[in-house]
Amino acid sequence: MTWSATARGAHQPDNTAFTQQRLPAWQPLLSASIALPLFFCAGLAFIGLGLGLYYSSNGIKELEYDYTGDSGTGNCSVCAAAGQGRAPPPPCSCAWYFSLPELFQGPVYLYYELTNFYQNNRRYSVSRDDAQLSGLPSALRHPVNECAPYQFSAAGLPIAPCGAIANSLFNDSFSLWHQRLPGGLYVEVPLDRSGIAWWTDYHVKFRNPPLVNGSLALAFQGTAPPPNWRRPVYELSPDPNNTGFINQDFVVWMRTAALPTFRKLYARIRQGNYSAGLPRGAYRVNITYNYPVRAFGGHKLLIFSSISWMGGKNPFLGIAYLVVGSLCILTGFVMLIVYIRYQDQDDDYEE
Amino acid sequence: MDCSLVRTLVHRYCAGEENWVDSRTIYVGHREPPPGAEAYIPQRYPDNRIVSSKYTFWNFIPKNLFEQFRRVANFYFLIIFLVQLIIDTPTSPVTSGLPLFFVITVTAIKQGYEDWLRHKADNAMNQCPVHFIQHGKLVRKQSRKLRVGDIVMVKEDETFPCDLIFLSSNRGDGTCHVTTASLDGESSHKTHYAVQDTKGFHTEEDIGGLHATIECEQPQPDLYKFVGRINVYSDLNDPVVRPLGSENLLLRGATLKNTEKIFGVAIYTGMETKMALNYQSKSQKRSAVEKSMNAFLIVYLCILISKALINTVLKYVWQSEPFRDEPWYNQKTESERQRNLFLRAFTDFLAFMVLFNYIIPVSMYVTVEMQKFLGSYFITWDEDMFDEETGEGPLVNTSDLNEELGQVEYIFTDKTGTLTENNMEFKECCIEGHVYVPHVICNGQVLPESSGIDMIDSSPSVNGREREELFFRALCLCHTVQVKDNDSVDGPRKSPDGGTSCVYISSSPDEVALVEGVQRLGFTYLRLKDSYMELLNRENHVERFELLEILSFDSVRRRMSVIVKSATGEIYLFCKGADSSIFPRVIEGKVDQIRARVERNAVEGLRTLCVAYKRLIQEEYEGICKLLQAAKVALQDREKKLAEAYEQIEKDLILLGATAVEDRLQEKAADTIEALQKAGIKVWVLTGDKMETAAATCYACKLFRRNTQLLELTTKRIEEQSLHDVLFELSKTVLRHSGSLTRDNFSGLSADMQDYGLIIDGAALSLIMKPREDGSSSNYRELFLEICRSCSAVLCCRMAPLQKAQIVKLIKFSKEHPITLAVGDGANDVSMILEAHVGIGVIGKEGRQAARNSDYAIPKFKHLKKMLLVHGHFYYIRISELVQYFFYKTLYDTAYLTLYNISFTSLPILLYSLMEQHIGIDVLKRDPTLYRDVAKNALLRWRVFIYWTLLGLFDALVFFFGAYFMFENTTVTSNGQIFGNWTFGTLVFTVMVFTVTLKLALDTHYWTWINHFVIWGSLLFYVVFSLLWGGVIWPFLNYQRMYYVFIQMLSSGPAWLAIVLLVTISLLPDVLKKVLCRQLWPTATERVQQNGCAQPRDRDSEFTPLASLQSPGYQSTCPSAAWYSSRSQQVTLAAWKGKVSVEPPPALSGSRHHCSSSPSHSCPGSRVQLLV
Repeated sequence: MTWSATARGAHQPDNTAFTQQRLPAWQPLLSASIALPLFFCAGLAFIGLGLGLYYSSNGIKELEYDYTGDSGTGNCSVCAAAGQGRAPPPPCSCAWYFSLPELFQGPVYLYYELTNFYQNNRRYSVSRDDAQLSGLPSALRHPVNECAPYQFSAAGLPIAPCGAIANSLFNDSFSLWHQRLPGGLYVEVPLDRSGIAWWTDYHVKFRNPPLVNGSLALAFQGTAPPPNWRRPVYELSPDPNNTGFINQDFVVWMRTAALPTFRKLYARIRQGNYSAGLPRGAYRVNITYNYPVRAFGGHKLLIFSSISWMGGKNPFLGIAYLVVGSLCILTGFVMLIVYIRYQDQDDDYEE
Repeated sequence: MDCSLVRTLVHRYCAGEENWVDSRTIYVGHREPPPGAEAYIPQRYPDNRIVSSKYTFWNFIPKNLFEQFRRVANFYFLIIFLVQLIIDTPTSPVTSGLPLFFVITVTAIKQGYEDWLRHKADNAMNQCPVHFIQHGKLVRKQSRKLRVGDIVMVKEDETFPCDLIFLSSNRGDGTCHVTTASLDGESSHKTHYAVQDTKGFHTEEDIGGLHATIECEQPQPDLYKFVGRINVYSDLNDPVVRPLGSENLLLRGATLKNTEKIFGVAIYTGMETKMALNYQSKSQKRSAVEKSMNAFLIVYLCILISKALINTVLKYVWQSEPFRDEPWYNQKTESERQRNLFLRAFTDFLAFMVLFNYIIPVSMYVTVEMQKFLGSYFITWDEDMFDEETGEGPLVNTSDLNEELGQVEYIFTDKTGTLTENNMEFKECCIEGHVYVPHVICNGQVLPESSGIDMIDSSPSVNGREREELFFRALCLCHTVQVKDNDSVDGPRKSPDGGTSCVYISSSPDEVALVEGVQRLGFTYLRLKDSYMELLNRENHVERFELLEILSFDSVRRRMSVIVKSATGEIYLFCKGADSSIFPRVIEGKVDQIRARVERNAVEGLRTLCVAYKRLIQEEYEGICKLLQAAKVALQDREKKLAEAYEQIEKDLILLGATAVEDRLQEKAADTIEALQKAGIKVWVLTGDKMETAAATCYACKLFRRNTQLLELTTKRIEEQSLHDVLFELSKTVLRHSGSLTRDNFSGLSADMQDYGLIIDGAALSLIMKPREDGSSSNYRELFLEICRSCSAVLCCRMAPLQKAQIVKLIKFSKEHPITLAVGDGANDVSMILEAHVGIGVIGKEGRQAARNSDYAIPKFKHLKKMLLVHGHFYYIRISELVQYFFYKTLYDTAYLTLYNISFTSLPILLYSLMEQHIGIDVLKRDPTLYRDVAKNALLRWRVFIYWTLLGLFDALVFFFGAYFMFENTTVTSNGQIFGNWTFGTLVFTVMVFTVTLKLALDTHYWTWINHFVIWGSLLFYVVFSLLWGGVIWPFLNYQRMYYVFIQMLSSGPAWLAIVLLVTISLLPDVLKKVLCRQLWPTATERVQQNGCAQPRDRDSEFTPLASLQSPGYQSTCPSAAWYSSRSQQVTLAAWKGKVSVEPPPALSGSRHHCSSSPSHSCPGSRVQLLV
């Protein structure tokens, strides 16, 4: 048996740098002489950065209050006890009193924090319909299956907004009162509730369905509100720019958190006399206590925080930078020792 | 066809018990036997189609899919895909289905293309025309239409289309010459004989009228065995019955030589021919890398399953509190609640599996496939491996094995055509101590060469002259060469000045070379005519000698003689043979001088023969005649009696001189072998050739050195002692040194070491391989293997093709499972090539059978060096990095999955794996010992694998917890807004992409613009892609969760800082490890890199990588090498040992110090030259 015809003709290969694997190349080597200065430089830079971060984080003030209402922790325990085991819990209000001995440097941000709330649960976090939320009329009537069991109401109407996230919308509300002088009147501190959501979320991602006859309510006709809601979505706020799907609280809530303990922005304090911060004095926060958290062992917190260029208080980054920087320098020294001794031995051995 | 195939198989398996289990009957020319003859059961035979392809058009899709899903990984991904389709999982089926589909399609296309090529080759072969005799007329048909029983005519230089029974030839004596070069590698001409009763049928009509049946055994693979008989019916008489043997059988693949045409009848066709039976079916070869890859996969699979299990359990533990299982804010649907708990747990388990299935990288297979496929082009493109003469470059038939080239531990090479050019050339002769070299002939005058041998005087005495002429006459007469009859009768009579117009043909190429050589020295053998040998002497006189007897050559005597009677009536006996068989029989002559010369030549690898003569007086001759006659007519023990007679006749000889013939080695063969041996590869030569010839070649190509002690394990020795004794004796000899051997084995080249060469022949091997009655065959095999392992070189001669494969198999499945490579050029090497891990075919003169069946084909043996040392090394490094990297990078990939693996990080590693040259090509070629660094799958050992895995794990922890602490309870923007979980994921992911890419950058040693482009480009691509992906609302997606997330993240300062921090932390340990390792325990390769030039290494290179770990003292003083303690104790130990032996000469220290202390690491080329 002979092999008569060759399939591939004989062809002289191209003599190019590529085909011959001779492309010009830079051949760096990770040797000690390069790595050592690198380590020292990196170490120093990191320590510098770390110090900066650490101090800037330390300069941030935070004031927080747990208003869950565990028995004996304040006047919210009444509300907590009242809501125990009842769904939906009855409306209830309580208050938090605190006083500031000095100016709380602004701008001040008001956050609420929930613990043990798994917004990152997979079934929970997919239980929404982005098409519906972007105002698509067809999606309004036909929510996606992921929304189940909050897809259709008991009456068979499509739920808008559908899904577990929307259904569990945080519905406590707060108002802040300031008493300038001891015994004086409490003046309401204006809370800026706009601009708490991402600009893109508020302006692009979340849209109301097209109005029907100039009315948002008619646009939502034929849908049911989520079972836990007391009001339909189009009545979330009297402000037409803050109601329906583009209600800022709603938008903030819909951006699910990564961790079971999370904060969400409630308001900013930056208007009038309070633009520089909260002046010293006594304060009262009126809390409308609606949201049940004790059923799942969670807590609700209220936080006032100032903000720097790097965001809220977070010493981690600074500490991490410091640690890594010192590690770099330490290993740099170790390597230096090794390097020198190795060099010595190398010389000995060559002589 | 299938039916008979099954029968054949059955037959073959039963054949051991009975020789004549089944037979076939063939009607020659399809003519029915006359009535009254026995009634035969008609059988069905396959047609003459050769099929080497795997698929047909119809079964391609199912069969190929089946084959592909037999691969564990593919099957696994299929399962995952199906699971995703069936149950509700966190990821969509598309993410795993798409890559799987892609992989399957790419592989199928590749395999389909390869099979299409095979189809084309088969077709070319099956369609080549063959001449048939039909009803007394010559008909041309395609080869595949040939049937058993057809009468075929074959012309000179054609190959036989199937196995034929030789009926007649155009030669009167009914013989023909055949070379079986492509079958068993012997290029000599063999004589076959036509059936006695049919040899007179010379014309088509005659042969068409032949009425005969043939009975013969069913096909079996042994090339040299055939039993059958032919019944020739004539009109009147009873049928004549003749036995048929292998001398009547012409095998497919052999070529007709020196005979104008022959007629034969087909008895075995197509896949039943002996050649096809000697073929091994092509099985898929898997490389060692792939094996370790699969092992790693299994580990990851275990991790995956346990991870899924643990997670399922944890999930249910966590959910045991009802407010966690179903908090009011996240209630279940009715159907979910009603589902069976067990079923739910199971689906959860599957969901976790699917979720984590990304730790098993689907795209790794695509990337590996692509890397191999594209990488193989670099071999094809390599100019150094292009052969100018033939205009052929290397061919890559299987790209799956590129990296295996860097792993070879044993090379099995064919001799003829691979090591040698199969081109004998007369080099010199030595007469009475004078050396004559035919090249220095001036005007027909022989000039004695003055090299080394002391000459008595420049013009030989009368006596000397006489001897000289006698020597030449002896060479002219003492052979069995035939002169090819040229068309013109006076052809051979032309004067020698007119050139050599006559063509000599012989069963031994040496003889041809000798006769041709002598012709150049002035004596031309003309022809044998009417038992007179005619030769033309220097004076252009024709001398005639009457040929009285030929005492033919046999391999036991290792000599042959002729008895001739000169014109003057003197009777001479000329004897020619191996030195060992001539010297003991010599009583006169300059034995010592000639012996010295012979030994010198033998060491140089020339084949030497000694020539002696004896003058016989008439009475003696008559005595001899009687003796021979008596022996020849003896009915019993004829062979033995003949041998005794020869023994008596060939004695008391007078030594004339010696000849030396060179079997020209292929260019740089010795160089290549030396380099390969230096690289720690054991080279075995497997040949069908004679032992002496093969041994001479081994010397020539430096496989055996001057100080090699040869161990023989041959039939001859086994006849003397029992196999058992021989084996034990040999093993004792070898193992006596084993203490020092095992250590020195690494260095291989230390001069004082005794190395052994083993010579074994086919018969002895089959004895060893044959299972003994008590079934304890392994005993001998083990012993044999032990001996082989201790020998630096092994030569196996007289090997049948299947035996070659057997040897390869034996080594392949020995304890260490070494990687074997077989290289050969002929069809006889095919089975060996197929058997070995890597098969390399030399695109040779003897057809392309080997090249076609090989994994790689190269034009010359010398190209093997670059192939292994450079390409093999590179590919191994590249692929191992690739595999490790894939396992590393996928460890923490549960965030967003598919795209990540395929587009962001695959391209750089693919390019890396194509471009990486951690070290210069020149350096690799110069310093073969570097090969040892990568031998034995060094870079894919478990230790390394665990290192990478831990590194991945560490990085994963860093990413996750880094981001976790970052996001814990705080905002990271200056406007106080809060990031969600998608930002968290994006941050982790961004850090990951950067880390993984930068890690690759760290590992890259060879930065071409392509690398720069791809690495930085892929980072850029990631950023751009993320911006785009998040920057626009994509209408085709039903979720918009990524919208603006990336941009928002970039707007935050701390996010940037965190990215920098986390990337640094992740890369830190690796950088540290690299620097420390390089400093403390550099491998040979790294040292070469360090120096940027190879020069001081030439000395150090003799030490093993283990021994070159020079500074063991630092192991304890290095506190930061905590993980490094995993480096096994054995290394430390070896390092201590190595310290003793590592002493480079002081002369080198200066330059080396200079090199290593200079911060720039590339020495300019000119300096390299200077220092070398």
